[in-house]
Amino acid sequence: MPRVRKPTIAIISFPGANCDRDIMVAVAAITGKPPRLVWHTETDLGQPHPQLVILPGGFTFGDYLREGAIAARSPIMDAVLEHSWRGGFILGICNGFQILLEMGLLPGVLLHNKSMRFVCTEVSVALHPSPVAHVMLGSLKEDKPLALPIAHAAGNYYTDDETLARLTGNGQVALTYLGDNPNGSLADIAGILSDNGRVLGLMPHPERKIDAIHGGNDGRLLLKSVIEAAA
Amino acid sequence: MRVTITITHKPGVLDPEAQAIATALKNLGYGEVMAVATGKSISLDLDETDPARAQQRAAKMCESLLANTVIEDYSIAIDHNDTTANAKS
Repeated sequence: MPRVRKPTIAIISFPGANCDRDIMVAVAAITGKPPRLVWHTETDLGQPHPQLVILPGGFTFGDYLREGAIAARSPIMDAVLEHSWRGGFILGICNGFQILLEMGLLPGVLLHNKSMRFVCTEVSVALHPSPVAHVMLGSLKEDKPLALPIAHAAGNYYTDDETLARLTGNGQVALTYLGDNPNGSLADIAGILSDNGRVLGLMPHPERKIDAIHGGNDGRLLLKSVIEAAA
Repeated sequence: MRVTITITHKPGVLDPEAQAIATALKNLGYGEVMAVATGKSISLDLDETDPARAQQRAAKMCESLLANTVIEDYSIAIDHNDTTANAKS
């Protein structure tokens, strides 16, 4: 049997996050090793230092002020920023993506959906191969779209033209919606990467599609690629 | 000292809430409504008596938390009549 590399993974939990358990179960199913759960008031990610930090989905702090704004200024976030400066891997899912934008680890914002409605459905997501995207998503088949669930009220990605051109030019636009755009996001963006390819924020919920009982395992493929990259 | 911060969307940023309000007002017969903008107001009671310093601190609070300057503008109003420091224990 090939040796499975198991990175140390920390999942940050906040009041109002409701996908922290889902992502813990998904990560444990993939690695066979339960990840570490770190409460937002901690100031240290723990030892050994994690290779991958995951910001889960949910409605942190009731979405007060702006989605993710208060979570982004939590005590633990200095350690998450330091982790990123050291070249550590970070995955932000849905509200976690909103938090990454509020922290400034990724550029742009997520506005309320153009439809003014909460969307809860399954979408088809295209992968955009690039050297930057290869870092975390390299083990996914480039020509195969992923079927992933979404559930959000504010997933309408927006940034200025200059930033969009830079993201596109650098290959940081990792994931886009195929078919109908569910939220009105600029350039059909579903997920973006940092310029070093080590910070990924996305609206779809891969942790909700990791088993045949979920109707597919495309989420598992995506998480596996991210985890392998961090190992 | 009472400081009131008003946060509004930058021009051109999608404001679905305002669009919904505009439609509802038109449906109610207020045809003169040409545009609607929404925003939020945040009031702070500061333990501070110097208006200049209050202004400066409030601006810092806007930049670091209260507004997302990618999509939002903010304005700060100091209540000059209220010169009491908030000394509630």
